Amino acid sequence: MEFARRDAPFIAPKANVASIMRQVLYALMPATIVYVWFFGAGLVFNMLIAIMFCIGGEAGMMLARGKSIRVALGDFSAIVTAIIIAFALPPLTPWWVTATAALFGIVVAKHLYGGLGFNIFNPAMAGYVVVLVAFPVHLNFWVAPRIGDLDYHYVTIFETLSYTLTGTLPDYLTIDAISRASPLDAVKSALSTMHTFAEIHANPMMGDFGGRGWEWISNYIAMGGVWLLLKRIIRWHIPLGVFAGLLVPSGLMYLIEAGNHASPGFYLFSGGTMLCAFFVATDPVSAATSPRGRFVYGVGIGFLIYAIRRWGSYADGVAFAVILMNMAVPAIDYLTRPRIVGHIKHGKAPGA
Amino acid sequence: MSAPTFDLGNLHGGLRMPRRKDKSNKQPIQQVPVPQQLIIPITQHVGDPAQVVVGIGERVLKGQLIAESDGPISAPVHASSSGKVVAIEPWPVSRRLGGNAPCIIIECDGEDRAIELSEPITPYESLDQEILFQKILQGGIVGLGGAVFPTAQKLMHASITPLEHLVLNGIECEPYITCDDMLMREQANEVLGGAQILMHALGVEHCFVAVESDKPEAIHAIADVMTALQDDRIALKQIPTIYPSGAEDQTVQLVTNKEVPTGGLPTDVGCVVQNVGTAAAVYRWICKGEPLISRVTTVTGDGITAPMNVSARIGTTVADIINFVGGYTENVHHLVIGGPMTGRSVTTDRIPLVKATNCILVMSDEEQFGHEQPCIRCGACASVCPVQLLPQQLFWYACADNEAKLRGYGLMDCIECGCCDLVCPSHIPLTADFRMAKARMRELADEKARAERSRQRYEAHTERLEKEQMLRAQQLEAQKQAAREGGSKAIRDILERTSKKDAQDPGED
Repeated sequence: MEFARRDAPFIAPKANVASIMRQVLYALMPATIVYVWFFGAGLVFNMLIAIMFCIGGEAGMMLARGKSIRVALGDFSAIVTAIIIAFALPPLTPWWVTATAALFGIVVAKHLYGGLGFNIFNPAMAGYVVVLVAFPVHLNFWVAPRIGDLDYHYVTIFETLSYTLTGTLPDYLTIDAISRASPLDAVKSALSTMHTFAEIHANPMMGDFGGRGWEWISNYIAMGGVWLLLKRIIRWHIPLGVFAGLLVPSGLMYLIEAGNHASPGFYLFSGGTMLCAFFVATDPVSAATSPRGRFVYGVGIGFLIYAIRRWGSYADGVAFAVILMNMAVPAIDYLTRPRIVGHIKHGKAPGA
Repeated sequence: MSAPTFDLGNLHGGLRMPRRKDKSNKQPIQQVPVPQQLIIPITQHVGDPAQVVVGIGERVLKGQLIAESDGPISAPVHASSSGKVVAIEPWPVSRRLGGNAPCIIIECDGEDRAIELSEPITPYESLDQEILFQKILQGGIVGLGGAVFPTAQKLMHASITPLEHLVLNGIECEPYITCDDMLMREQANEVLGGAQILMHALGVEHCFVAVESDKPEAIHAIADVMTALQDDRIALKQIPTIYPSGAEDQTVQLVTNKEVPTGGLPTDVGCVVQNVGTAAAVYRWICKGEPLISRVTTVTGDGITAPMNVSARIGTTVADIINFVGGYTENVHHLVIGGPMTGRSVTTDRIPLVKATNCILVMSDEEQFGHEQPCIRCGACASVCPVQLLPQQLFWYACADNEAKLRGYGLMDCIECGCCDLVCPSHIPLTADFRMAKARMRELADEKARAERSRQRYEAHTERLEKEQMLRAQQLEAQKQAAREGGSKAIRDILERTSKKDAQDPGED
């Protein structure tokens, strides 16, 4: 009898890229619902626009590179990029801002560097940084969360859609009427005008740790992240590194001068910390690759987030922190190679 | 009896994987009858081929030497049954690269008559080390765990190093395979008897029998015989069920908590590892006079109707064995010789069972293999690598053919266990890629060595020519000098000589 040949092993792997990416998407679903509850349907519109442009960009680039579009879209990686971009942008963002971020992320940061697996920079963060620099006004426009304020105006689906499509609000609404500083922004400017953090924290817009409402989104993102950890889709090294890198310096500063510095808990539950720790920094392609290297990479991101929030001119520093650490990956990878079994030091045989 | 111990070393990574062992270990080992024809390859071991010592047409008896060991690393081959040598010709065998190898083909007479022993069996305790090594060599015994290194030579090499432990490897961590499990259940006395002989031969005072914890029956059987033997030099170690705990260096690491240095051998940390099947084979030869002419092998997989373990004569074809166990199912895809992680797929079942064949695995198409996708550097491979390599980096450098980086990242330390393949979400055939990169690197090293040799030869050649030229110049100079010093007399002499010659020679015109 004759048989087909193939190389060992003869047991098929169970995991696949598409299922990993799908589970990342599932992990963000609860946070999406909470986000929509607090800020309206803007996130969903942003997601749809980002998905459209990410998939379009991916398909176009695969076509241009003469590769299979079906395979590239089948791995869901472009959709994950789109969803993270949507989470990073404010709920009310004109479509062209979202589209620019999506296209830059997919076309330039991902495909011009060689496509999935070869990109140096996290595509979502690269796209986000571009619009952060190009459209600062739009990126600083945050609305108030639905937390029962007296002067609160809940933006309707229609108003959101109108702003998303045209970049303007209906005549009866002005931007000033509904915009609010994000907690990070508010705390930063209050600290710079000689308020103590205790005073700031007493403001009703502040919750237990982060801003009221805002911190619940962080909680749900963290829950999704913990679920990914339990499912072993991501490992603990990067998230723990990010937390350590953020909490150790902010904790030290807070212990030394509690008045002049925001609490570590505030930093942990504000802005993009949780999204970054569990969903952005853990992007395997652009992260360091050895377990030890990943921890170092996480610590670097955490520390840079703190440094930018505390001393930089941007309210949040997640995207810059990730991009900067992406650049450090080759060095980290080189310096944190694990000791190979049977070698005393790396690349050295025992006794040699 | 020593209690099972759990004081084990650490193994990095590894995999808990589907065992699929209960397919084949539900019934006792079955004896495959003498086939009509035996196809016995003359090289069934690592090292130099054996030399054929029988002619075509010659009648041979079971256990008769048909090819003798030849070279520093080699092992003899014996006839597995009685009959007539009908041909010595190339035949398909299971090698990594496929192809044919020279085999002795014996038409069996069915009588299965054994040859008389050339010397009576003497108790091994009365034999010296050297004689015992020679005897083990004559038995054609090789490592039955799959590596088929000639046992005598492994022992000889080990005996000149300081040794602490003999480790009997009964771990058998690959899915599907149960031949060592069944051997330990049924022939634990032979296994431990072999251990005693090996300890005597090596002069070691301690032996670990390492068995994976998912083989309670085998552990009991070994423990029972240990109680009966009352030999306190032998200790049983239960090894956690994690693949690849049975790979030689990993076994040493688990049992003794010492790492075998890169490029080294277990003897560097005072250990000799022998498979339990090898120990049993040594026992049967030394104490019963039966050379290595049969072995237990697992016949299993979804592709056959009745998986089981069989004891078959070396040289029985896979087709005969499959027939004996009841034949194939309808849906057969791959025939694998060896386990599902490290075995080789072959294209035909005409190949013979050899000393290395611990498993015949017939796969249906139930196992679906996906298409290779780009590496996303998730690092799942690095977390399971038992040698703590970074397969994702190795893969990168293997694609780029970057030899220096491949060396630096320890490609040569890869044990090709296949763990990385199994966890790769991009379904990249990493082990196959690494195997290829290693072969390329070896080739490159060979080429370099060849280039170096020819460079040396060329330089020697030029040097020689220069020396000759110089010598000639010196001689010429010396002659000129002589001519000058001799002055006109010398010239006259020469002229005279030539003119005389002319006068004597009538010439043609």
